[in-house]
Amino acid sequence: MLIINDLVQPDTIEEAYRILIARKTNSVLGGCAFLRMGSRNIGTAIDLAKLGLNTIKEVDDYIQIGAMTTFRDIECSPLLQQFADGVLSKAVSHVIGIQFRNVVTIGASVYSKYGFSDLLTALLVLETDVELFKGGRISLAEFLDKPNERDILMNIWIKKVDCRAAYQSMRMSASDYPVLNVAVAKTGTDWLVTVGARPRKAIIARHISTALSQKNVNSENVDFFANIACEELVFGTNARGTAQYRQAMCKVLIKRAIKEVLLCK
Amino acid sequence: MQIDVTINNKQISLTVDFNEFLADSLRKHGFSSVRKGCDTSCCGLCSVWIDGKPTLSCSVLAFRVAGKNITTIEGVETEAEAFAQILAAEGAEQCGFCSPGFIMTVLALKNEIPNPTEEQIIHYLTGNLCRCTGYMGQLRAVKTYLGVNT
Repeated sequence: MLIINDLVQPDTIEEAYRILIARKTNSVLGGCAFLRMGSRNIGTAIDLAKLGLNTIKEVDDYIQIGAMTTFRDIECSPLLQQFADGVLSKAVSHVIGIQFRNVVTIGASVYSKYGFSDLLTALLVLETDVELFKGGRISLAEFLDKPNERDILMNIWIKKVDCRAAYQSMRMSASDYPVLNVAVAKTGTDWLVTVGARPRKAIIARHISTALSQKNVNSENVDFFANIACEELVFGTNARGTAQYRQAMCKVLIKRAIKEVLLCK
Repeated sequence: MQIDVTINNKQISLTVDFNEFLADSLRKHGFSSVRKGCDTSCCGLCSVWIDGKPTLSCSVLAFRVAGKNITTIEGVETEAEAFAQILAAEGAEQCGFCSPGFIMTVLALKNEIPNPTEEQIIHYLTGNLCRCTGYMGQLRAVKTYLGVNT
């Protein structure tokens, strides 16, 4: 069960960080929907509600999404529904139900690097940075690779480039966790393929991304490219599926996503 | 800690623990329409509106609703009854345990999306599980209630 011994709602990010590093058991609260499912004993819980981190804005060439923005805000944002063929809005739109998406936050999903995340796979296929209070601004791919350090995720920054993108996921039943998910984006002649819920965290499939960028893909030879991804990635087994099953399904999802991108105008 | 909230248009002071979830606070204060059915944040039975948005009250820490407007089915009795009549007429009401959360989501859908398509209705209501019905009766009732012909 979730135990919270003390609670603070700091007025500044500096104060929030100071409290976070003061004790090992102190923790920043996200939406808490996943937190409540496990057992956690938190010394001082830090609620970021007063820091205004719940907006989606256009800043110069970027879309800035505050860490406390909910999945439902991402799903319904006219800006994100339009950007990159609405890949982010589509990715979160199958997460449990509307009432759940009104609770969970982008910051908690990204910072926790959840392996089952629909959002991370879609974010990773875009030019995404994370802005950490202490660690500064680094690319999402670099953040996902780094060991976990105590920090506060403030904003997500997505470069506004003209790209076509598609998101595909496979679930045992509607609104369940994904068994596997895939995102594909095409910017100019550059392709990027990401795969998540393997069940490990989302990863960029480098070989297929390079191959797609160098050669011409069409509906006839899409199998060739999809096979590359299945060979280069490591899949795992959990209650929702075996590694072999995921590998077989990955090919199907990648084909669908590539075909969808090819059809995007 | 003590928080001031508006519940069904009434100002109320609640004393809540830091780790207390809203569904429990509401039930403690007599809003027994708020049900808990899954313990895994997936069934939608505990749905209430926070500032008009349908939300899982089992997954929101109670302190976070300080200063906000909470609406439970007790606060929208007339609208809820109108829909419940149609739901019962369609034979989609059986044990009734999931009905308060389901009805709150249907009423939120009505407020949020005018004239929704069948796809939009299903998408909006996916987060409400019902273990008695096959959902078809519910869908017919929602369409009749919203005056949707698709």
